[in-house]
Amino acid sequence: MSGIENRTFHGIGVSAGTAVGPLVIVTPAPTAPADEAATTDAAAASAQVRDVLEQVASGLEARAATAADHARPILEAGAMMARDPGLAMGIDTQLQSGKGPATAVTAAVEEYCAMFLSLGGYMAERVTDLRDVRDRAVARLLGQAEPGVPQLAVPSILAAHDLAPAETATLTSDTCLGIVTAAGGPTSHTAILAAQLGIPAVVQAVGILDVPAGTVVAIDGGVGEITVDPSQEEQRLLEERKRRRAAALAGGTGNGATKDGYPVALLANIGTADDARKAAKQAVEGVGLFRTEFLFLDRETMPTVEEQTKTYTEVFEAFGTRRVVVRTLDAGADKPLKFADLGPEENPALGRRGIRLGMIRTDVLDTQLEALAAAYQATGADVRVMAPMIATQAEATWFAERVRALGLPKVGVMIEVPAAAIRSRGILYHVDFASLGTNDLQQYTMAADRMQGELADLLNPWEPALLDVVALACEGGAAMGKPIGVCGEAGGDPVLALVLAGLGVSSLSMAPGKVPAVRTALSLHTREQCQQMAAAARASASGPEARAAVLAMADPVLTDLL
Amino acid sequence: MPSRTVAIASSVGLHARPASLFVQAATATGLPVTIAKEGGNPVDARSILMVMALGAKNGEVVTLSADGDGADAALDSLVALLSRDLDAE
Repeated sequence: MSGIENRTFHGIGVSAGTAVGPLVIVTPAPTAPADEAATTDAAAASAQVRDVLEQVASGLEARAATAADHARPILEAGAMMARDPGLAMGIDTQLQSGKGPATAVTAAVEEYCAMFLSLGGYMAERVTDLRDVRDRAVARLLGQAEPGVPQLAVPSILAAHDLAPAETATLTSDTCLGIVTAAGGPTSHTAILAAQLGIPAVVQAVGILDVPAGTVVAIDGGVGEITVDPSQEEQRLLEERKRRRAAALAGGTGNGATKDGYPVALLANIGTADDARKAAKQAVEGVGLFRTEFLFLDRETMPTVEEQTKTYTEVFEAFGTRRVVVRTLDAGADKPLKFADLGPEENPALGRRGIRLGMIRTDVLDTQLEALAAAYQATGADVRVMAPMIATQAEATWFAERVRALGLPKVGVMIEVPAAAIRSRGILYHVDFASLGTNDLQQYTMAADRMQGELADLLNPWEPALLDVVALACEGGAAMGKPIGVCGEAGGDPVLALVLAGLGVSSLSMAPGKVPAVRTALSLHTREQCQQMAAAARASASGPEARAAVLAMADPVLTDLL
Repeated sequence: MPSRTVAIASSVGLHARPASLFVQAATATGLPVTIAKEGGNPVDARSILMVMALGAKNGEVVTLSADGDGADAALDSLVALLSRDLDAE
């Protein structure tokens, strides 16, 4: 292990902060060995498998008992499946035909999976739960630990190839000190979740899985650095960086503005009423992106007007007189709705998603708008409603008419499609504001799937081509006198935030934990400096060069924030 | 063997939460209850996987059967359960 001891390596820092702790490896699921010994005593093998399934079920139940509300039903459903007499019967049939135990479990589970997949919809989704039970049972049969995120006995740093949404459902900042993944990108699920929870995280850390479990590692989620088995001196330096960072952030809780007082509103990205209550307690000027998907996904039927009104009212009340920008449902092929599924598509990201789905299923959109209008009437809050995936003026007018007809005070659009950025002037003629969704805008500008971690180089938000597209959108905004905000991950990077402010963006929305660093960064620079930084970034040949150019122009205190 | 027929009242059919409630109730009877769709083979009503794989939709008629002490009362209670729109509750 001498090659691994005391080694420092780098990934992409996606959630700032530092942490030191023992490494817990999230193990991948084993598969039944192709040469597994055949079953000769079916009765004994059957008893062994049932015993293992019972262990899996009790394990899931034990976790359910302490899990958060949203994770509990998933774990309980898993326990029920592990104890299922139909599954046990299917496994017995496989064992009687001579298959080895792990192979028999796999085959029996796949039979049910095939049946559920052919039924589609809700049933097809249960396949994930069923395969999770299989993975746990197979691992136990092979004498290994169950795969996935283990119960963390002591506060630890998690390492994984990548983390699935179900695996992160039970994570909390109490026990999970940091996250390091070998794959994943800056806009991956892991990155977004870590930032929301305020857990330091590094992605694309190739080699992290070669570090033995239990080794103490230090991570810096700002610069993306990982130190294996850090020395006293290295730990001291990390502490020092943490302290300087805290000092730099102690700069107050006021509204966002440059050193010379040019306002840039600092807003929170939220997804649920619970997020809203937490974010409202922090020093933010409102919500720049309320993702409403969480109300709709995993639902059999459309949530009623009453139910939606209740949730929206809770969110608006949490923020009082502060603005709340609501994005209408952004579902579609990769986030299908069970009650409005338009069927599979070849290229989901280019398919009938966002407003395109809204224009087909007007009942879904109209129900949502009706609920938003009712919640607005009830609270009198500063509500601004915007549509996702707008590409044309026709879509913008169609949406704006519907929103205004219900008496909602302000209507806007998301600019995520390059067409809308290029022709923002025409689109802004019909609406009151726009918000740049830099994650999607980048994937469409670079023709690079944002879920494809291998393309991380093309998905660097410093990419000058992306900055050019943002600049085009801002020029349209300035010409029409309409505000343009940013609600993608780019807005939460304290250095890139300076460039965006320099390009003319009037608000930045981000995970609430990122606001203090961005506030401090803005307060250290004048508007003119920001404009010079934007020009330097756009004049660069690549993303990394753009970032280096801007850092060289920045106040030295800014580096303490990274 | 005692048996009953009943139309599925749940608007989403016999899956998701309604299926889970039904399977829990069938297991709680302590009897080997089976459920079958019209013209189909009976399956173990205590298996969530088998019950969901039936794919019984809203309005479809299913046959419940059980043997043993208290089978009639157990079947009556299960019929009453399936006659409610469990998803709406």
